[in-house]
Amino acid sequence: MTISIKLARTVKDLLMMAQTEYFDSGHRTCQGCESAMVLRWVAKAAGPNTIVIGATGCMYVANTTYYTTAWALPWIHTQLSGTGSAVVGTAAALKALMEKGKLPNEKINVIGICGDLGCADAGLSEVSNAMTHTKYNFLILMYDNESSANTDIQETTMTPFGALTTFSPSGKQVRIMKYRWKKNMAAMMAVGHPEVRYVATAIASDPIDLYNKVKKALEIGGPTFIHTLDPCPKGWGYDPKYSHEIGKLAVETGIWPLFEIEDGKFRLTSTSARIASGEIKRKPVKEYIRRQSRFKHLTDGDIEYIQRKVDEMWEKWLIPGLIPLTKELPYPEVTKASTK
Amino acid sequence: MSVSALETKRLEAVLKGDEEVEVVGTGTDAVAYALMLADVDVTSAYPIRPYGGVMQTVARLIADGYMKAEYIVAAHEHDQFEIVKHASAVGARTFVGSSGVGWLLAIEAIVAISTDRYPVVALIGNRALDDPGAYGVEHNDALMVRDVGWLLVWVDTAQEALDTTLIAYRVAEDPRVMLPVGISMDGAFLTHSEHVFKIPPKKKVQQFLPPYDLGNRKLHPSNVISVAPQVNEDWVTEIRKQMDEAMKNARKVIEEAYRDFAKIFGRDYGNPFVEPYMVEDADVVMVGMGTVSKPIKEAVRRLRAKGERVGFLRIRWFRPFPTEDIIRYLSGVKVVAVVDRDYSFGSPFDGGAVFTEIRSALYETDHRPLMMNFIGGLGGREITYNDAINMFNMALEAARKSKVEQRVIWYGVRE
Repeated sequence: MTISIKLARTVKDLLMMAQTEYFDSGHRTCQGCESAMVLRWVAKAAGPNTIVIGATGCMYVANTTYYTTAWALPWIHTQLSGTGSAVVGTAAALKALMEKGKLPNEKINVIGICGDLGCADAGLSEVSNAMTHTKYNFLILMYDNESSANTDIQETTMTPFGALTTFSPSGKQVRIMKYRWKKNMAAMMAVGHPEVRYVATAIASDPIDLYNKVKKALEIGGPTFIHTLDPCPKGWGYDPKYSHEIGKLAVETGIWPLFEIEDGKFRLTSTSARIASGEIKRKPVKEYIRRQSRFKHLTDGDIEYIQRKVDEMWEKWLIPGLIPLTKELPYPEVTKASTK
Repeated sequence: MSVSALETKRLEAVLKGDEEVEVVGTGTDAVAYALMLADVDVTSAYPIRPYGGVMQTVARLIADGYMKAEYIVAAHEHDQFEIVKHASAVGARTFVGSSGVGWLLAIEAIVAISTDRYPVVALIGNRALDDPGAYGVEHNDALMVRDVGWLLVWVDTAQEALDTTLIAYRVAEDPRVMLPVGISMDGAFLTHSEHVFKIPPKKKVQQFLPPYDLGNRKLHPSNVISVAPQVNEDWVTEIRKQMDEAMKNARKVIEEAYRDFAKIFGRDYGNPFVEPYMVEDADVVMVGMGTVSKPIKEAVRRLRAKGERVGFLRIRWFRPFPTEDIIRYLSGVKVVAVVDRDYSFGSPFDGGAVFTEIRSALYETDHRPLMMNFIGGLGGREITYNDAINMFNMALEAARKSKVEQRVIWYGVRE
């Protein structure tokens, strides 16, 4: 462990450590919006010495209606694909101004918040470029509700296989329009940018894990990245009161592994660590999928396919959740052959 | 690649001394020296010709310690312009630039910079738009933002480029304006040609250019504000009207800036908005922007020597548009011939952008001139002295007949 900060171990810890709200009333998110819960915990973990940048997306449109902003932190809008650029520009300016004595020298957290469309699709090259700017300190948080939820629930690359969206309905000729498998963003950030010191996945239904990860990301320095999976009642099709339950099922079924990579060391966390150690058994993905109307058209065969893919991730990937190469790599044989 | 011994001596002189120093350099070098003197805090770079030279010179100035700024190589132009927008929001003086299609790739961020009222200064090394590919000058890149709150200025020499960069920061950052400035420079003809110019001492620049102060709009934990929230129909009209006021204010602020510039640096540009050249008593006045001035001025001199009453008006500031100066200099002239290094397909009379704006400005005058439009020099094609003479002859012919046979002429186009 290269960072020493006070982390929350229990719910009581969490409540004691994070009493002040910095993402407060005034927002217009839907009932049961887990992205709003993510922002609430991120803001609590970051505290008042923070600048927040929000890209176009649900969490822009719903949170910052003029005169009723939910942010009790300095906040600025950036364009849909602008998050990576905005955090770099902000952090670079703070560095320049502090070094030249134009601003008092102090630690200011810079947090860029983008949805799956803004981060994983439109803004991917900016985010990737940002991850290489190691002399600046910032956190990019991708809140992933698996669709463009603010513009009528359209498909993004982060929409899971088979899910119904307004761009991927199920019809008489084409039963499954969303045939593409979801991108692995946290892994892409970690593996593709080897100098990045902290990358994690998280979920609002595990706030202790989420809170601690934000704390770590902001403490360690340099560019950092957290990817949260955010159940969305409107886009996923379930009663808002089940948001946390759906989130927990995403982790318990192994569909959403919680992990962190700190200075190159990969570690599964919380429930996912307990699955890996055998302490608890993965639930069948069917328990997660059958709770959401976006999957209502999937057949048992489709669900078996998804189960197989999830099993493969846990049992065959070089590192579950991170590296989708299987352990049967050809190169040891090639090496052997070439040394003969 | 590093700064030469001679240049070292000169740069140290302007950074520490009281005297200006004469150097030889390109138009983009001149801008880079201005950025050094203006103590720019954050800049972001992305390669595209012909603006790119400025970022190479800035990089060298930073590497050798003459300039202290965060130099960020972006992923593409949209990234580049977003970076400076957000650096500007926390109080950093910023510089950015691009050319042609690069400028257009950034257009979403470019508009957000002006609608968020950040005084970013950008260099536009004017270049034709793709497709098909062409490196050469054309003004349509910069003109794409003529309606969205960017101040636009066209420069003609390296000296003017350096001076205008300093003036640009002063005008952009003025609390009455707080709008970005785009400095247009003809690709190749100015970006890449070498000129003799003078670098003023930093002490004088500090006298001329106060520190950038965003006031209560500065994003900082000590100032908890929300910038650019969702406003919808409730407030967009009012916010755009504020931009309209700022753009109108800019005329006065530009005048003040040139006046102070002349006082402090001893270089007087006269009328800040337009450069009139032998327009007094002229029957025919040619109008253009940028380096096209060179062949046209030469043609004016030769034709004047022959007794022809011709003149030239170079538009420096296109936004805010110099309406009053256009009226002052062109009302009562027999024929105004506008050279457009741009096109505006389907516009009134199918003319160029500058032609159309001048025509609109002259509508209210009592003595409306006949108007001709030459569209030419596109994609970097040279407009030569002979071309200028030909254009003048056509305009003089129209003046004699008091009739324009062909209003818009695509000059030199091959059939």
